[in-house]
Amino acid sequence: MSIFVNKDTRVVVQGITGNEGQFHTRQCINYGTNVVAGVTPGKGGMYMDNVPVFNTVKEAKEKTGANCSLIFVPPPFAADAILEAIDAEMDVIVAITEGIPALDMLKVKNYLRGKKTRLIGPNCPGIITPGECKVGIMPGHIHKPGGPIGVVSRSGTLTYEVVHQLTNMGIGQSTCLGIGGDPIIGTTFIDVLEAFEKDKDTQGVVMVGEIGGDAEERAAEFIKKNMKKPVIGFIAGLTAPPGRRMGHAGAIISGKSGTAEGKIKALKEAGIAVCEDLGSFGEFAKEVFKL
Amino acid sequence: MKIHEYQAKEIFRKFNIPTPKGKVAFSKEEAVAAAKELGKFPMVVKAQVHAGGRGKAGGVKLVKSMDELENVVSSMLGMKLVTHQTGPEGKIVRKLLIEEGLNIEKEYYVAVVMDRSSEKIVLMLSEAGGMDIEEVAEKSPEKIIKVFVDPLIGVSAYHLRQAAFGLGLEKDLQKSLMGILKGLYTIFVDLDCSLVEINPLVLTKEKNLIALDAKINFDDNGLFRHKDILELRDIEEEDPLEVEASKYGLNYIKLDGNVGNIVNGAGLAMATMDLIKRAGAEPANFLDVGGGASAEMVENGFRILLSDKNVKAIFINIFGGILRCDVLAEGVVAAAKKVGVHVPVVVRMEGTNAEKGREILLSSGLDLRTAKDLKEAAKMIAQLAKE
Repeated sequence: MSIFVNKDTRVVVQGITGNEGQFHTRQCINYGTNVVAGVTPGKGGMYMDNVPVFNTVKEAKEKTGANCSLIFVPPPFAADAILEAIDAEMDVIVAITEGIPALDMLKVKNYLRGKKTRLIGPNCPGIITPGECKVGIMPGHIHKPGGPIGVVSRSGTLTYEVVHQLTNMGIGQSTCLGIGGDPIIGTTFIDVLEAFEKDKDTQGVVMVGEIGGDAEERAAEFIKKNMKKPVIGFIAGLTAPPGRRMGHAGAIISGKSGTAEGKIKALKEAGIAVCEDLGSFGEFAKEVFKL
Repeated sequence: MKIHEYQAKEIFRKFNIPTPKGKVAFSKEEAVAAAKELGKFPMVVKAQVHAGGRGKAGGVKLVKSMDELENVVSSMLGMKLVTHQTGPEGKIVRKLLIEEGLNIEKEYYVAVVMDRSSEKIVLMLSEAGGMDIEEVAEKSPEKIIKVFVDPLIGVSAYHLRQAAFGLGLEKDLQKSLMGILKGLYTIFVDLDCSLVEINPLVLTKEKNLIALDAKINFDDNGLFRHKDILELRDIEEEDPLEVEASKYGLNYIKLDGNVGNIVNGAGLAMATMDLIKRAGAEPANFLDVGGGASAEMVENGFRILLSDKNVKAIFINIFGGILRCDVLAEGVVAAAKKVGVHVPVVVRMEGTNAEKGREILLSSGLDLRTAKDLKEAAKMIAQLAKE
């Protein structure tokens, strides 16, 4: 088992004919992902390699049974693409796009309330269930299939680093996902932690956070109350200056809130093992998870 | 993106939010001309820099005569203003706002912000105006009124009533406050803001509500649909190296340390800064060249980092995954030769052909030290920090 995506996931790529869309669609297919359709308005009827392209997500779903959308649409049109996928009742939407206006996402997030669709991202690397299905831009080969560790992160390449060290230690992963570096995101740490806690193939979780907002603090509270599985935390940004946006739109210390110190303290107080040296993350995980 | 108070007040006027009469001045002559136009003393001279806390730092002065105004303007223009938000290096004052003085009876705080936790737009008000709102929130949170607005519905009359009743104003003023709030909300959503704030909003002895200060921050991701707002950017307020980096599409923030770093991805870049600190050195910057990372990006990164005289060593940390390390390594070598890198460089690359990439670096004849993983890189940096 795994969370959110698996070998039965049928992917439609929105923005499949763009450079990024084409490149990463091929990467996903090479990994073994079942990409059944693409969508580019006005290019319906074409094929990207062997993948049929449709004008709308609705049509793509009707013709191919797609249940998961992967979005590479540029920022000005990305919110529209997400809304289209929500209305087409996708089970999962993975929005890779970086740079979507915060107000657009605020509307999307409020529209999403009460609906069954799970939105992952935006501004994220996507999600992978190693050995089964990759819906995103992460390098597939650094992952090790079969579990038992789930990985959730607000970052992209930092997640790769963590996963790579796990794999080098011989520790496999159940599912790894980036939830995105924006202030307003679809799936939160808590959503993922809840799913990992229920997933029988996940025995432990790595949570990679960073400065900005209070998602890590809230996750700490959730873990303390609701999780039996061990969790390791890592927080980036101890040396980040206040008031500056550190690359990610959501990574900013505002006044006294959103600091790495505060997050590490909250995690430790909740009894969560916090790794403070990224260089030896793998060893740390091996010890904490007793693997 | 931040703008100046005088620019924010111009936007306020367009949305019918009352502001004091005033004019911006770039020189003493302009300041005197502005004062003559305003006519009546007392007036207020306000330093225009992108930082709060100007009053306490001596950046806001009341003047009662033309002589006094000239003196204040002379001393303020070109001065280095150090507030709790500028850092010790301060900001040079290049522009002044000359404004009419008001008879202030009471000060309030009013703002529209995006709330990450509730995922709503929030109208925030307080009768503790003119103070640091974070301090108020910490010490007496009961003094802050918050009204949450669903962005899909937008602001409704009842939101405005809730806010206005909360402040306990008399009837005529309630109406005026509701107009101001509506204006602030409209600015927030129409112009893709991340913060619209009046601190303080003053009640004058003549019973008018007027925005004595004005602050607007814009969501950088929304700027593509507001070309007119982009023109309000004042690059003199930004670090020159950061401006230079932004031209290359690099995400660079200058810090005070001595180990420069070039990293792909924001999260990994922050973690790399932390790693440098753990190794006993201080990071000189944050630099994210993007998830991809190309040789050109690295070349420009070198240029930016080497313009910072504090940089004694550089750490390149690239987790490429599907990036070809041999190609990147060739780029790094070419860039180092072209730019003339004169400090030791530690390179850690992960991705396709990583081994081949390392060979290219090692046989370059330059001081390029390769680390096979982060642990080794940290040791090399610790060593360099001791040298």
